[in-house]
Amino acid sequence: MASQEMEQLVRREYKEGFVTDIESDTVPPGLDENTIAFISNKKGEPEWMLEWRLKAYHQWLKMTPPSWAHLDYPPIDYQAISYYSAPKRPEDRPQSLDEVDPKLLETYEKLGIPLHERAALAGVAVDAVFDSVSVTTTFKEKLHEAGVIFCSISEAIRDYPELVRQYLGSVVPQGDNYFAALNSAVFTDGSFVFVPEGVTCPMELSTYFRINAANTGQFERTLIVCESRAQVSYLEGCTAPQRDENQLHAAVVELVALEDASIKYSTVQNWYPGDEDGKGGIYNFVTKRGDCRGDRSHISWTQVETGSAITWKYPSCVLRGRDSIGEFYSVAVTNGRQQADTGTKMIHIGEGTRSTIVSKGISAGRSDQSYRGLVKVGPRAKGARNYTQCDSLLIGDTCGAHTFPYQEIGNSTATVEHEATTSKIGEDQLFYCQSRGIAEEDAVNMIVNGFCKDVFQELPMEFAVEAEALLNVTLEGAVG
Amino acid sequence: MLEVKDLHVTVEGSEILKGLNLTIGAGEVHAIMGPNGAGKSTLSAVIAGKDGYEVTHGTITFEGRDVLEMEIEERARKGLLLGFQYPVEIPGVKNIYLLKAALNAKREAEGLGEIPAPEFMKLIKEKIAFMQMDASFLQRAVNEGFSGGEKKRNEILQMLVLQPRLAMLDEIDSGLDIDAMKVVAKGVNSLRAEDRGILLVTHYQRLLDYIVPDRVHVLVDGRIVKSGDADLARELEDRGYDWLLEGSAA
Repeated sequence: MASQEMEQLVRREYKEGFVTDIESDTVPPGLDENTIAFISNKKGEPEWMLEWRLKAYHQWLKMTPPSWAHLDYPPIDYQAISYYSAPKRPEDRPQSLDEVDPKLLETYEKLGIPLHERAALAGVAVDAVFDSVSVTTTFKEKLHEAGVIFCSISEAIRDYPELVRQYLGSVVPQGDNYFAALNSAVFTDGSFVFVPEGVTCPMELSTYFRINAANTGQFERTLIVCESRAQVSYLEGCTAPQRDENQLHAAVVELVALEDASIKYSTVQNWYPGDEDGKGGIYNFVTKRGDCRGDRSHISWTQVETGSAITWKYPSCVLRGRDSIGEFYSVAVTNGRQQADTGTKMIHIGEGTRSTIVSKGISAGRSDQSYRGLVKVGPRAKGARNYTQCDSLLIGDTCGAHTFPYQEIGNSTATVEHEATTSKIGEDQLFYCQSRGIAEEDAVNMIVNGFCKDVFQELPMEFAVEAEALLNVTLEGAVG
Repeated sequence: MLEVKDLHVTVEGSEILKGLNLTIGAGEVHAIMGPNGAGKSTLSAVIAGKDGYEVTHGTITFEGRDVLEMEIEERARKGLLLGFQYPVEIPGVKNIYLLKAALNAKREAEGLGEIPAPEFMKLIKEKIAFMQMDASFLQRAVNEGFSGGEKKRNEILQMLVLQPRLAMLDEIDSGLDIDAMKVVAKGVNSLRAEDRGILLVTHYQRLLDYIVPDRVHVLVDGRIVKSGDADLARELEDRGYDWLLEGSAA
């Protein structure tokens, strides 16, 4: 197939591109101690939280943005960003869906996530974050009965200060990296989940994030704690409206799994990737880390990344507990001018720890994608095992895929396997399907979804269906 | 139903087919034989619409329509179906999924709706049993890890499900042991019908012991140099292609 044809079909428009017209209560651009005090005050936070934020801010001031990633973007002017934005009437939070701004509900409708229906039909509790304030939380009662706490991080700071204080920053400390420090200083919202000892969370928890107000960075902070023998599956999905300014997103997600606990964290991310020239897309700098603190604990990251202009993201596991297990399953799709540097870190500290990494990268258009993975085995991690499989699929001949595997093995009893493949989407495969009467675009979807199968099957069922649909939309016209 | 007239095809600048003529009527089985490099596979690939083949002269007409003007998938939906010599593997895509997508694409083109699931399962079970394949094939990824024989059987299975008007089978016998060949031949023979044409491309006469063709054509250096009935294939088995090569050079 002619590469010109390919290029033509690689063009597709972002389907979720629309902007809801809700007046925002936005702080003027700029970042200093006053901004942080404003945020903390707005959230009605206790003194210790403000101090925590300021400590992070002072660390951040001394740091420089990381430059090692295989990404190319102009320097970000952090003083040009507004650090707080909330829908109007922040003091007057709606108590039920009837009180929710109809325009907001409309936005969710457009995104195909009618909150009430979705929640009711799927039995999923939804803590929807619109801009920076949680608008509505459903199914709280049912979770409450089970003893599960699922609320916004702001609420948690007010209502469960001792829990937050105990765990916040215990996995990703304030000064961990440039973006984590920034997040620690200015985070505005996010989710908090606490599953007490022996409890299996009765439903899958999900949060939809959305960036809306122009030029407002969004800084989500999520903390999930599972006590001994507790289990939870958490889903996170994001889309954003079309915008001209680059929007910075620097989230931090911390997971803590105690003895025999299990946390499954799934993400479907579809932020605005920018126009054909990459203008206006979201910058996504995320720190996600899980701490397998207890013996036999289990943390699993599954992600489907299709959006953002720039993605910098390495969901990781610190395998501290004996025989603990870390998993990372990822599908990353880049098209147009998107750039992604993503992967994982598996830090084996405890004896008998095991980790699995399955990464599927799909590049189309003029996009560039890197897998960066670190497998580190410490001196005490006797018999640690890692299996890494890292496959790249190229669509067309103007995109790029790179693999940067790092291994630091400090223990001779460890077993580390790494497999990597790079293939071009087979014109032979396409011809084969087409010669069976299957339209080219359907054939591409079929082949790409087949390529991602190993990861999709790790997603909760309803999310898997969504992910497939999302992939099809993202690659619409990617091949012709 | 198929008419190929004075077909010239170049691949990467060199001419492979140099004025090929071929007419296949409904109900007929034609075999194209010839030495390696004669252009046998090129012919079926061009008819199916594979990229990279440039038709510089001539026409291909299928049931009155200009095949060269049709998209690849359109050709298939109209009943021009190619069985591959080397079917590709498509990891992660289940065989049954491909079969269903292909059948529904055809039905859609014919103005029929999607096939109801029970009807589809019944059809598939029947065909898979006929091809002596295990039902587990359906759940495996398309051609992935299939043996040579399994791949070829799978190609015929698709034919049985999709019921083409003209079935083109490119070296369907290559790499098959005698038992697998018998099964494949049984499948192909079951496709023989009043309203269907079959085009076999093969290097060896062996296959034609099991699928007896109505017409045999010898393709040498881009042209059909000799045509005859099934006896011609046996003659080729005895004498090889050399005597015809000399003829074409003259």
